[in-house]
Amino acid sequence: MNALPDIAGSIGLPAPILLTLFLILIGLAAATALVWLKPAAGDASAASKQAELKARIGSWWAMVGIFAAALLLGRVATVVLFAFISYLALKEYFTIIPTRKADRVVLLFAYLAVPIQYWWVGTSWYGMFVIFVPVYMFLILPTAMVLRGETSGFLKAAGTLHWGLMIAVFAISHAAYLIAVPPPAAPPGTGAGLLLFLLIATEFNDVAQFVAGKSFGRHKITPKVSPNKTVEGFIGGLAATTLLATVLAPLLTPIGPLQGALIGAMLASAGFCGDIVMSAMKRDLGIKDTGTILPGHGGILDRIDSLVFTAPLFFHTVRYFYF
Amino acid sequence: MSIRLVARNALRIIFFAAIVRPFLLVAIGLAIRHRERLPKHGPVILAANHNSHLDTLALMSLFPLAQLPKIHAVAAADYFLRNRWLKWFAVDLLGIVPIERSAVKGGRDPLAAAFDVLDRGEALIVFPEGSRGEPEMRQAFKRGIGYIARRRPDVPVVPIFLRGFGRVLPKGDHLPVPFVCDVVVGEPMTGSGEGFVARLEAAVDALAGETPSADWM
Repeated sequence: MNALPDIAGSIGLPAPILLTLFLILIGLAAATALVWLKPAAGDASAASKQAELKARIGSWWAMVGIFAAALLLGRVATVVLFAFISYLALKEYFTIIPTRKADRVVLLFAYLAVPIQYWWVGTSWYGMFVIFVPVYMFLILPTAMVLRGETSGFLKAAGTLHWGLMIAVFAISHAAYLIAVPPPAAPPGTGAGLLLFLLIATEFNDVAQFVAGKSFGRHKITPKVSPNKTVEGFIGGLAATTLLATVLAPLLTPIGPLQGALIGAMLASAGFCGDIVMSAMKRDLGIKDTGTILPGHGGILDRIDSLVFTAPLFFHTVRYFYF
Repeated sequence: MSIRLVARNALRIIFFAAIVRPFLLVAIGLAIRHRERLPKHGPVILAANHNSHLDTLALMSLFPLAQLPKIHAVAAADYFLRNRWLKWFAVDLLGIVPIERSAVKGGRDPLAAAFDVLDRGEALIVFPEGSRGEPEMRQAFKRGIGYIARRRPDVPVVPIFLRGFGRVLPKGDHLPVPFVCDVVVGEPMTGSGEGFVARLEAAVDALAGETPSADWM
């Protein structure tokens, strides 16, 4: 009976977190078995769909594996992992948007924001963490641009560069800051639990919305932006995520079941918004995916589109009401 | 093999394993399409558009590390042999084949070294545009590639399209800025028959259509 808490104690994470990670792995294994054991598809389009599904699940294994390893290794590893995700996302963003030749050095300044922002995360300097990108980078970048002397396309470049920093660095760094936010008096693993809860709710909502939309989808919400988004898909995701959050919040976080339900509903709505906002960006740029780094998913930005909205909202809700 | 040669090849492999590959894969990020189209064994000619000094490194990194000693990029002698440090880097470390661009002296075939590479069954990297031009703008292919391919009609020529390296490190710049770069490998073709250079140009341009373009504003 004592075995589980002992192991948990030696790893440094509370038993519910380890149990949740274990259940995710079981679920992933079940999904893998289901896709691989499915009889060979008949026609070419079904076969390519199945190959796509296999690639997607393979990428899920990689993502879950890397995240679980970082969580088990501790706070520093998790912050470094998110810094790297921000770097990849920012690089992907700069790759898909048109940039000015004159701004080459300015882009290096923008990349420099990644280690600096995550330094505030690592040192738990909340005041700097929360204003560095929206205030300091907002002022520094256009100044660096103007010193280069090129005014043609200035406003468009300044706007798009800063938008990229906000989504890829500022928004995503909130997920990492969850690990740092609880005061020292909080029980060990509080930050890891909050982060795990945010990621599970966000990703689960993506999947639930997708499945519900495929199964019952009739009424399109944003036909011009993302034709696959339906009222039925949104409501299905909202219901499933609210339910999951009600159960999971008391298990992983200091949040009670009722508040968990409210937060679950908020995350489902915010995730939906992040999804369609990023779709609108891709449509504007005339691309389908932001990259190819995650087979079956596309790029990093394709995967973290919902997190861009859910991470800051969840973080500030938790900070306001609980810490 | 002389000790000098063994040491040189080992250094090249270490340089790629420790510096070039981590830089290309982690700091820059390569999106490689149709890598399986590269022939497993030489001789082979890789013909790619040219935007940046990084192009050669990116093409060399398509091969397993152990094969690095058997890959040679054709490069301008007047540029890469202009001082001893650059010469050591280009010839000894990267294994380039220097070619005289200016008038041929003494009747010696300026491409002899390139043919030697192919006759040894190794890989030759050629940039048919000649030199790096305006970043991310393809220039007309020169006839040199057609001459090589016609003289070795059995050697497959693999057209390759590179996008993004001119954004990362354009001509005249020394500070690389990270962007994800595309490497699109085409179907091997041969140099026999009329209009080879035009066909090769068309093949590279067709590969460009496989990746979305987002260049300069």
